[in-house]
Amino acid sequence: MEILHSWSENMPGLGPLWLSVKLGLVTTGILILFGTPLAFWLSRTRSHAKTIIEAMVALPIVLPPTVLGFYLLILLGPSGAIGSYWLKLTGETLTFSFGGLVLASILYSMPFVIQPLQNAFESVSRGFVEAAATLGARPLDVFFTVVVPLGARGFLTAAIMGFAHTLGEFGVVLMVGGNIPGQTRVISIAIYDHVEAMEYGQAHALAAMLLVFSFVCMFALYFINRRWRHEH
Amino acid sequence: MSIEAGHVAVSLSRPDFTLDVNIRVPSHGVTGIFGASGCGKTTLLRCIAGLEQGARGSVGFNGELWQDGDHFVPPWQRPVGYVFQDARLFPHMTVERNLHYGRRRSRATAELTSPGEIIAMLGIGHLLDRRPAQLSGGERQRASIARALLRYPSLVLMDEPLANLDAARKHEIMPFLDRLHASLKVPMLYVSHSLDEMTRLCDHLVVMQSGKVLGQGRLHDMLMRTDLPILGGGEASTVLDVRVLDYDPQYQLSRLQFAGGEIIVPGRHGDRDCPLRLRIMASDVSLCRERPQSSSILNILPAVVESRQAEAGGYVLVQLRVGEVRILARVTLKSAEALELVPGQSLFVQIKSVAVKNSAEQMAVGEANNRETI
Repeated sequence: MEILHSWSENMPGLGPLWLSVKLGLVTTGILILFGTPLAFWLSRTRSHAKTIIEAMVALPIVLPPTVLGFYLLILLGPSGAIGSYWLKLTGETLTFSFGGLVLASILYSMPFVIQPLQNAFESVSRGFVEAAATLGARPLDVFFTVVVPLGARGFLTAAIMGFAHTLGEFGVVLMVGGNIPGQTRVISIAIYDHVEAMEYGQAHALAAMLLVFSFVCMFALYFINRRWRHEH
Repeated sequence: MSIEAGHVAVSLSRPDFTLDVNIRVPSHGVTGIFGASGCGKTTLLRCIAGLEQGARGSVGFNGELWQDGDHFVPPWQRPVGYVFQDARLFPHMTVERNLHYGRRRSRATAELTSPGEIIAMLGIGHLLDRRPAQLSGGERQRASIARALLRYPSLVLMDEPLANLDAARKHEIMPFLDRLHASLKVPMLYVSHSLDEMTRLCDHLVVMQSGKVLGQGRLHDMLMRTDLPILGGGEASTVLDVRVLDYDPQYQLSRLQFAGGEIIVPGRHGDRDCPLRLRIMASDVSLCRERPQSSSILNILPAVVESRQAEAGGYVLVQLRVGEVRILARVTLKSAEALELVPGQSLFVQIKSVAVKNSAEQMAVGEANNRETI
């Protein structure tokens, strides 16, 4: 990462790439951390609230990014509910900052992390959980020794999907983050800028990079999934 | 004779099913829970293990209350060893790690049987490094039994461990269960819908139907009852615990001893003193006033009539005492009248056929035990 960072200082074209990677890693990390308990709850609950929460989690899949971005702009802005509180707390605005981008990306990529996790947890048979309980394991112990290892494939899918999806976001970033180099100018925005300025060469380089990267991600996902199926 | 160690009085309501049972768990031996599929046997075990949160009632064992009113001890704090019908070995762990999963999470108890002995008893020593997916159905079930026992439970719960196995695999596991029955120091509840397994393994029997208990008691007494049609089509039978005396290779007959005398059965059934269980159907026992001088029937024993009871279809069920044990005979009403059967009368019973419930396998166990003592 250090190497990538120093590269990006010397080669301005790589700055947006580095920013995108950083955004992807931070967003995915936070989503897995907080999404795991939510996904596990969704996979086990019989509560009526489940349907509402599932619909809310899935919303960003169908919502135009500009709609999500618009409401986030209002919410995160200096006079918005969250933005004003953040301003009081830190003295900085949330919109047009990296922090705001992370928050927006978390919402935008949420279904791509929560849904694979929930599917993975649902596929872990209740029987194993019961067996572990009768062998003396408490619920949290069962979760880490049985549910997580058996759902490992879901974690991998969630991480790759969350990361790749964050890398590709455009509309939400444009609405909430704008286009500040080193702060909010991620790779997709940079491509758009280059095209606007008729710099097709630079746009090509970045676009090709994103294309290859996305393919590698998907390939890795399907490849590992296949190996997994053969092992079990 | 058996001291009561626990009680289970639970009820559970589901839209399509109601369980309402009250059973006693003896402090020793194997208690069979018998009944047709869907009668609530498994649900009953799940209530005891704490896996059914919707169950109401009271469950207590060894002076500890596991459930009573609002008090509910979670499953991970109940010292039970649960063997599931489908084994449920963790697929991401080797057999060895599966075995130690429960052991590491259990209260430290005086280990009466070492882990090595349990592993040897179930014959899974060579499988420890394998994954469950690499095991046969029988091996998987043996590993799952070992995993439950390594928890050093105070109560073993077995839910039809043989139900998912074909006849050959059943045959493979039965001797291990026999061995377990002989060496287990804690009580066990064994769920099955096979009366054969029950007769072979159990000391007590609980008979269930549609979520209710029809009757419970000592296996020998239960099988003598005629008011439980679910047990062998209403036909009463006698269960005898015997020991092998010797084997006559010329006629290929084994001489067995029981508390009422000796009995001869065809075939070899283990070494001297090897314990066997026999089941004699009441209809396979006939009666005569004088000892027949020449008969093709090998087993003719002196007996005393204790009671007689008329049965439907022109039959009479006669309870007799042979030495210290009771034997049932089913004869026609006409024969009963011709013999003028009255309590206290001395006569002879002829036993036409005997089913040996644990034979060939028992021999292997007997040999294995001998090896262990050497």
